Amino acid sequence: MATLKINSIDVVVPEGTTVLEAARKSGIYIPALCQHPKLTPFGGCRLCLVEIKGMPRPVTSCTTPVSEGMEVVTTSPTIERLRKTVLELILSDHPNDCMVCEQAGACTLQELAYEYGIRENRFEGERRQYAKKDGNPFIERDLEKCIMCGRCVKICDEVQGVEAIEFGYRGFDAKICTSFEEDLSCEFCGQCVAVCPTGALTGKLWSKKGRQMGVREVDSTCPYCGTGCSLTYHVKDNEIVRVTSKDDTINEGLLCVKGRFAYKYVNSPDRLRKPLIKKDGVFVEASWDDALDLIADRIKGIKAEHGPDVIAGLSSARCTNEENYAFQKFMRAAVGTNNVDHCARL
Amino acid sequence: MAGLAAIFGSGAMTNSIREIEDMEVIFIIGSNTKETHPVIANRMIKAFRKGAKIIVADPRKVPMVKFSELFINMRPGTDIPLLNGIAHVIVKEGLQNEQFIAEKTEGYESWKKSLGEFTPENVETITGVPKEKIVQAARLYGGSRRAGIFYTMGITQHACGTDNVRAIANLATLTGNIGRESTGVNPLRGQNNVQGASDAACLPNVYPGYQKVDLPEVREKFEKAWGVPLSPSAGLTATEMMNAAVEGKIKALYIMGENPVLTDPNMHHTIKALENIDFLVVQDIFMTETAKLADIVLPAACAAEKDGTFSNTERRVQRVRKAVESPGEAKGDLAIILALSARLGYDMKFTSPAGAFEEFGSVWPALAGIDYHRIAHRGLQWPCPTKEHPGTEYLYKDGFPKGKVPFTAVSYTPPAEITSDEYPFVLTTGRNLFQYHSGTMTRRVVPIEEHAGTPYIEINPADAERLRIEDHEVVSVRSRRGELEVRARITSKIPSGLVFMPMHYHEAAANLLTIDALDPVVKIPEYKVAAVAIKPVLAKV
Repeated sequence: MATLKINSIDVVVPEGTTVLEAARKSGIYIPALCQHPKLTPFGGCRLCLVEIKGMPRPVTSCTTPVSEGMEVVTTSPTIERLRKTVLELILSDHPNDCMVCEQAGACTLQELAYEYGIRENRFEGERRQYAKKDGNPFIERDLEKCIMCGRCVKICDEVQGVEAIEFGYRGFDAKICTSFEEDLSCEFCGQCVAVCPTGALTGKLWSKKGRQMGVREVDSTCPYCGTGCSLTYHVKDNEIVRVTSKDDTINEGLLCVKGRFAYKYVNSPDRLRKPLIKKDGVFVEASWDDALDLIADRIKGIKAEHGPDVIAGLSSARCTNEENYAFQKFMRAAVGTNNVDHCARL
Repeated sequence: MAGLAAIFGSGAMTNSIREIEDMEVIFIIGSNTKETHPVIANRMIKAFRKGAKIIVADPRKVPMVKFSELFINMRPGTDIPLLNGIAHVIVKEGLQNEQFIAEKTEGYESWKKSLGEFTPENVETITGVPKEKIVQAARLYGGSRRAGIFYTMGITQHACGTDNVRAIANLATLTGNIGRESTGVNPLRGQNNVQGASDAACLPNVYPGYQKVDLPEVREKFEKAWGVPLSPSAGLTATEMMNAAVEGKIKALYIMGENPVLTDPNMHHTIKALENIDFLVVQDIFMTETAKLADIVLPAACAAEKDGTFSNTERRVQRVRKAVESPGEAKGDLAIILALSARLGYDMKFTSPAGAFEEFGSVWPALAGIDYHRIAHRGLQWPCPTKEHPGTEYLYKDGFPKGKVPFTAVSYTPPAEITSDEYPFVLTTGRNLFQYHSGTMTRRVVPIEEHAGTPYIEINPADAERLRIEDHEVVSVRSRRGELEVRARITSKIPSGLVFMPMHYHEAAANLLTIDALDPVVKIPEYKVAAVAIKPVLAKV
């Protein structure tokens, strides 16, 4: 363990912890754009600069490990001036289109601009312009909004193990590229979308469906595989408009393509809306009472004639515990047979 | 899962997902983890970054091979000789855990004799895996005391599935790699709530919590709890139901949220069975291939439209919350079952999901400590017997419920169907990353369909060249049970002689071809091995 002072407060953390992590653990805020708890430090955005006693100039706290007796200052007029300049430089090549950006209200860059009161920019000059849109069906890549923080590159490599994207070109021309700059073709897990601190990476399905206002968040569990990732539905006007996952979940905020992007089945026009009774080979809409009465009558009749063991039920690994419990109790106690199974084997 | 339960006492994953990252050795066999459990693969990659050694054993070069120390590319259906061969080397090199064997197991000496024939040389002949790799696997897995095995349907979906599981359990028992943190045997569940549906006893031979229906004292307990006399005999499994239906022994079938036409093996047989049933009710969210055959179809609510819980693969009971209203008059499955039960004159005694869960906990002590309030933020893992209990991260910390763990000799059973001149290819089936199961949900998601909406069969470049098949060309695939046309995807990820088809696509339904040979114990069908013939549809000039 190492003991250090951050803003004159004693902090004890394990050796190897970075100054930024030590500060966060102690509830001390340091702004950052490229740093992310899941990723190795990069020191790219220069926002997390701090002053450390004995060091000649400010250092990036995300790449500096703590040492015994270290004295750190996270905020001072010099530091704040530097941070504001860094932000202004980033914003000098970032489109001013928060009004129509999907991420408005959930954008770290926008939040920092708000915090530092940046509206007009001292640095006017040439801006990057990328006309080409990526044709993949899942992820909108708006490179003009990219601040080159590298989070997407790192999560794709370090966490997802896919390496679908990389830094390409140099200097002003630098950008995040796929191989041969073709359309993105990867696992489409959207981990990159989740960690992007701006609106450069968003879900194509999200477009114009709703951002923050009027959107409710409902925490639930993914309906696909058995991993059971925790996810959060973003709901507006009875429609799921986005799916995300929080960092403090068993899945550590990670999702796959199905959990993150395959939610539109919910409001598919193909959904069944009314009970259907087949008459002469054709389904006819019926009321719930008529359908349930008919089912009950047929089950009673068949049971009276042949006994309960000619009746069987198949339940579902897609349904809840409560529904499955009720279903087997129904088959066993109400119908009177143990002929109940589900597709665990299939 | 029955195989595992018979040996260790429970059929569930013994470790937690969290524990994966601290494993020293991860042995993945018969699991395409990166595509079927992508977020568990993320944990494995995290372990890899922390220095874990990963062994992947699979007939296909699955994506996790990228992170593997050792890739064992065995022939399909040869898991038993492979696993026995690894055990053979472990014993030969003295890597077994003598203390664990002496204190916690039984039957070691006689089992050890059964390994005699499984020398690396013999195993190489059967599996096609170079003997050096078998030795390396034994040294990696046997040399570690913090190792985890992971498997899915690549192990269980065989006519010898139960024996495959036993062979895996033997390896863990031999090395004592079970019952500790980050050390165990982990079947990964394929569906969101397979664990829960099994726990809740949508199974023909047990009441909730795996309490056997044919034990009189157990039956009496449930008769008292539910207030009615109950049937003393075990019921039929899903596959047996279909056979009974063909024979006219099932008159009525009620299906809640399943699509057996597409997911059961040998589709023609399934359709015949369902058509032979007098009265078929299907309760689902879409008009599935199965629902089309029903007499009555009831519109159900989907997962985003109801409250309740799912239990994931690590036995964690987690909340499901209603986010949106159901379309039209669709209702939650629970409400439908309650209304129907009332019409049959039986009062379920609960009216809400919370009430149903409470009753579930009252008949199964492992859940007794869990309630909706406790799992509001994060789920709890059963067993959780009291309200103060923190849940159980890994199983068998304090020993095994059945006392000693038995070693079980398992011999090699070749797949039910072997290749012939007429059917020279082995077809194996499974999932891909983008689609899910029978596709009723994912195939209605536009971007998923745009990206992965076309069925395909994976075929090795050498085989394709020999058959004069080009990439994306339509080929005919025929087995003894059916025939279909599908586009070829030529890839070296699949070895020569083997072909792979995903199960998701009704327009080229892999289960037209699969065989309904069953494992004799758990009645799981052999989806992973069927003999097929392949030819281009258009004759080449």
